[in-house]
Amino acid sequence: MHRRTDRILLVFIVVLTAFSLVTMWPSEPWRYLPKFIPWPEGQGIKIPFFKMNGATIEGSTLERRAMRLGLDLRGGTRLVLEADTSGQSDVDVNKALDNAINIIERRVNAFGVSESEIQRQGSNRIAVQLPGITASDAIKKIGKTALLEFREFQRDAEGNVAVYQNGEVTFVPNPSLEDAVWVPSRAIGSDGLEKELTGRYLTDAFPGSDAAGLPTVDFRFNSEGARLFEQISGRLIGQPLAFFLDGEPIRNKDGRIEAPTVQAVIKDKGQITGMNTSEVDYLVKLLRAGAMPVPLKVVQQEDVDATLGEDSVQKSVIAGEVAMLIIGLFMVLHYRLPGVLASLALFVYTTVVLAVFKLWPVTLTLAGIAAFVLSVGMAVDANILIFERMKEELRIGRSLVVAVEEGFARAWSSIRDSNVSTLITCAILFWFGDQFGASLVKGFALTLAVGVIISLFSAILVTRTFLRIVIGIPWARRAGLWGSDLPGRGAIAEREVSGVSTGGGR
Amino acid sequence: MFDFVGKRNFYYLLSLLVLIPGVISLLIPPTLKPGIEFSSGTTFTARFQNAVKEEDLRSELAKIGHPEARVQRTSENKFLIRTTELKGTAQAPDLGPAPAGERENLETALVDKFGNMIDAKGEVVNRFIEYASVSATVSREIGQKSAFAVVAAAIAILLYISWAFRSIPNPFRCGIAATIATMHDVVLLMGAYSIFGKVFNMEVNTMFITGLLTVIGFSVHDTIVVLDRIRENSQRYPDLPLHTCVNNSILQTLGRSINTSTTVVLAVVALLLIGGVTIRPFLVVMLIGVITGTYSSIFVASQILVTWEEGDVPRLFRRVLPKRAPAVSEG
Repeated sequence: MHRRTDRILLVFIVVLTAFSLVTMWPSEPWRYLPKFIPWPEGQGIKIPFFKMNGATIEGSTLERRAMRLGLDLRGGTRLVLEADTSGQSDVDVNKALDNAINIIERRVNAFGVSESEIQRQGSNRIAVQLPGITASDAIKKIGKTALLEFREFQRDAEGNVAVYQNGEVTFVPNPSLEDAVWVPSRAIGSDGLEKELTGRYLTDAFPGSDAAGLPTVDFRFNSEGARLFEQISGRLIGQPLAFFLDGEPIRNKDGRIEAPTVQAVIKDKGQITGMNTSEVDYLVKLLRAGAMPVPLKVVQQEDVDATLGEDSVQKSVIAGEVAMLIIGLFMVLHYRLPGVLASLALFVYTTVVLAVFKLWPVTLTLAGIAAFVLSVGMAVDANILIFERMKEELRIGRSLVVAVEEGFARAWSSIRDSNVSTLITCAILFWFGDQFGASLVKGFALTLAVGVIISLFSAILVTRTFLRIVIGIPWARRAGLWGSDLPGRGAIAEREVSGVSTGGGR
Repeated sequence: MFDFVGKRNFYYLLSLLVLIPGVISLLIPPTLKPGIEFSSGTTFTARFQNAVKEEDLRSELAKIGHPEARVQRTSENKFLIRTTELKGTAQAPDLGPAPAGERENLETALVDKFGNMIDAKGEVVNRFIEYASVSATVSREIGQKSAFAVVAAAIAILLYISWAFRSIPNPFRCGIAATIATMHDVVLLMGAYSIFGKVFNMEVNTMFITGLLTVIGFSVHDTIVVLDRIRENSQRYPDLPLHTCVNNSILQTLGRSINTSTTVVLAVVALLLIGGVTIRPFLVVMLIGVITGTYSSIFVASQILVTWEEGDVPRLFRRVLPKRAPAVSEG
């Protein structure tokens, strides 16, 4: 017999369950459990691990405090933006979208939104998820096109520079870049009108190097931009010129405003010096972002108030708990002792799945909770298949030990095949959700797939180990404990395995 | 022993009778009430602090330019409203604050008329607590991709079953039988939703498609359990006629089928009664799907195997068309 292996497995299951329980335990347990018991607060989990960093190994920790919740549960906004390329046939949509994503990322980071997600979707769309932000805030911040501007000091008639300090504007001869008031540089265009020089006249920006071999940012204007820049640079020789993106000055990595001094009249191309290589790369990226504006429009929008989500979480979790209790009760009443073991296995299953969700982390949505409950149903189904098979074996007079092993062996093919078909459906669902950024559907598919895979583990390992351990205990072998409809009288005789033919055409 | 297989034509008839009302409803337009994901538009939830009458809300919406708005009370002073797509939310200028969109205008107008709007905790927020909007181009794509996903799922499963049951004669028949049983469930669900749409204004959204795909998964899961038993029995007792083999297999898996469906139904009912409103359409699909999925694996999929083996269909044709049959074979 496998006594020794079974004991080791049991210890493993107990340790795994304890670990999972600590990991998944909620930080506010009173919201989901009866209030009259003073439940301890979950502290989350910290797992130290080592990772290779080049040649050295350094310690790091994986820390999880709460489940990652989807927008429908924690509130927030999801937007799908589409690049509007009408009337701009020469735009490289691919490049423009990548740039747009950079811009949105920058804006979202400026927002300080945690766990935001910005993804390319299909050929011309971007999906943005912003937890905890109202839709109007989100659209105001990210909905507009990036704008690169060239700005100069605002000066009075004597040439003094406007400075904004302590809420007052004063004019001084030599201000710091930080305090100065910057105004967009203007010049007369080919149509005779005065216009601002912006990123729409840039044709390209790329890293280069000057005569001394120091890194520079090189950029080019189209003809209209060159006309404007010629006038502006001529006017600003010896003065600083700054680059503003979305009304914010571009800063180098030290946080200083990037404002090179104009050296000569520049027409169609310019060069910005005085930066190191990484600063150059950064500025090139930003200039290109500003140089490739593509109007974005909202084609899909969803937002949920945070309070509504909180309510849903509590309701769904309680519904899930009730569902589990009912399933457990049904199993115990119908299958007696194996039912008790199945309920225990279900408990192990639930804690492990929730711990995996938290550690991965899988984003939990309402649909995901439904998927989880469905996967519980499938985990129970595996147990039911095994128990029904065991009963059949017992009915034809097999010993308990043989019945347990045969029940497993024979139920396995149907458990495997049916779960694989569910995994196939999950894969298709995931693809379906991915196509139009429906995080609801994707979350459902991922949650169900994780659940199904762990349910296979639970059926094979947990239930089987429990059964093997229990049939080793004499009092547990009473027939009455193994199913209500068995013709059992007293204890089921445990015959020697070798004495029983496996029978029936095998 | 109960003879399940002998009564197969009765089960087919029963299935047809259950399917017919739904199919008739599907033939009468509007086939299914499409949600915003499939027909574009905007839905939002407004919760008012003071008592508001449904018809007052409807007439106010009509007054401010949304006569098409559908208003549905979901709980005390909380309304789910559906309109055509609200525009003007994203056309922000390069500089300066964005102008108020149609949504903000609507919020302001409703607050002016009916007083404060509150969130789920009762705090005054004066905005909609749930809002979803889908444009026409996106909804068209979602529609096409949904149809594609359902067909892809069916084909993938057909291929998988044909492969998994390669050890028995005619494995392809198993795949076809499982697919027909699954389509049986899909048609029944779509029919049911067509009727729900006409009677309760229930809409078809991506949650419904998710539910439908899940039911496909569940139905096949269930069918495989029965087929697996047929596979095992046909290998163990190769001399037994298929008729008896299928009947034995159904009897042997009956307990499991009923118990599994019961547990899943219990879980779904618990979620339906206690869980959130958002996933209710999904859960209704699941509830119907689990029951029909279990039925179809016993009374449709397994029976089709026997019908096919015993040549019921050609026999039926010979009986109905006794004189034409030879003419057809000549042509």
